[in-house]
Amino acid sequence: MRMTQGTFSFLPDLTDEQITKQIQYCLDNGWAVNLEYTDDPHPRNTYWDMWGHPMFDIADAAGVMMELQSCRKAFGDRYIRLSAFDSTHGWESVKISFIVNRPKEEPGYRLRRQEGNGRNMRYTTEPYADAKPEGERYGV
Amino acid sequence: MSYLDQLNKGGKPDGAAAKPAPVAATPEDAAETAAPEPPITTVDLKREYEDAGVRDVLEELDRELIGLKPVKKRIRETAALLLVERARRRLGLAHETPTLHMSFTGNPGTGKTTVALKMANLLHRLGYIRKGHLVSVTRDDLVGQYIGHTAPKTKDILKKAMGGVLFIDEAYYLYRPENERDYGQEAIEILLQVMENQRDDLVVILAGYADRMDKFFESNPGFRSRIAHHIDFPDYSNDELHRIAVGMLERQNYHLTDEAATILASYIEQRRGQPHFANARSIRNALDRARLRQANRLFEQDAGPLDAAALSEIAAEDIAASRVFLQKPGHNAEPVHPETAARETGPRELGEEERHP
Repeated sequence: MRMTQGTFSFLPDLTDEQITKQIQYCLDNGWAVNLEYTDDPHPRNTYWDMWGHPMFDIADAAGVMMELQSCRKAFGDRYIRLSAFDSTHGWESVKISFIVNRPKEEPGYRLRRQEGNGRNMRYTTEPYADAKPEGERYGV
Repeated sequence: MSYLDQLNKGGKPDGAAAKPAPVAATPEDAAETAAPEPPITTVDLKREYEDAGVRDVLEELDRELIGLKPVKKRIRETAALLLVERARRRLGLAHETPTLHMSFTGNPGTGKTTVALKMANLLHRLGYIRKGHLVSVTRDDLVGQYIGHTAPKTKDILKKAMGGVLFIDEAYYLYRPENERDYGQEAIEILLQVMENQRDDLVVILAGYADRMDKFFESNPGFRSRIAHHIDFPDYSNDELHRIAVGMLERQNYHLTDEAATILASYIEQRRGQPHFANARSIRNALDRARLRQANRLFEQDAGPLDAAALSEIAAEDIAASRVFLQKPGHNAEPVHPETAARETGPRELGEEERHP
């Protein structure tokens, strides 16, 4: 099951050329571009690891693409997401965030039901990939 | 004489008015090229030259930089090559991105950084680099202090320079043969890799003294083969330096008296013979010191209200007080001008002259 998250999440994965254009847009707006990676695909997982520092003094997207390539080389079997932070006073928040790399196989999520008091049902989802410890989740 | 040379000669409106030329040239051209639009079969080089703004850059170069004839010639040739290459690409002829990495060799103060800035602008206008900014670095910015420090540092700089020009000043310091564990080698390897693989994203310009750069290239054949354009910057002649000085002062709204101009000419002549002579940079420093002396003079004279002319006038004594005139080869520290003897006791300015008694 394909994980969807962030901007463009229901489009097919962006090509490198499209990613470059998005990055250029971010840089032209003066946003700091960040790369993050994780192998815990749960949508509520907000704690992704950062790849290097935020990149805020770069003029051209090729510089960010260079980092993205080296991140893919190291963590090609994980999710990598690119986000851009706008530090303008009053905004100070992430303006765009999308996935730029995903594992080949995404096993999806298990739905768990729990009978509660009376006829109450409690539902929870957990990724199948979560069963293994971090770093071993996607076929290493 | 190259084609571009002729264009420059022909279209130049003579003097300071540079802007109207491109506009004046268009009406006839437009009639010729407007009709066959869909399949491009001909390329009007002259029009390309105007439209890309190459003319503006080259004229600016001619106007702002004094002397440097061979450098200007090389840049014009390079511009012609790039323009033709671009035209070939447009017509679908075989082309490959030309190697644009360059090396600028010459003594200090001969305008390498200034020309690099112009080069970045030129390449940007021709569409060979996307942003046209210049990132100027030295060894310290690229090479780290300990194991594992160099690669991230070098990559950081490369990231910043992407889409523009990376200008490495005194590039030969990157390579230190006397220390085989020097981290410079690591930086060189990363640089070479990016210079080869990302030729579309980045242009690298190496700069430094001619003889040491030659040695550097000898011991790093990788660099030599990846650099297509070697441009040598000659020293300025005395007359050129004098014109540079006058131009610098004019830009700061100062002017020389006739006497001061003569003194300046002999200053330049003497300064050249002394150690640590750095062409235009020495002149700029000398002028800074002259301004300081002028300010002091005005203050000490205390001649009542001063008008703009008095405030912007550099007199002969402001330059004559320089210690350059004291250092006659043969007899040491013999005051040449009567005023300088009096000034000798005053507070000393720090400057490059002072370092060598």
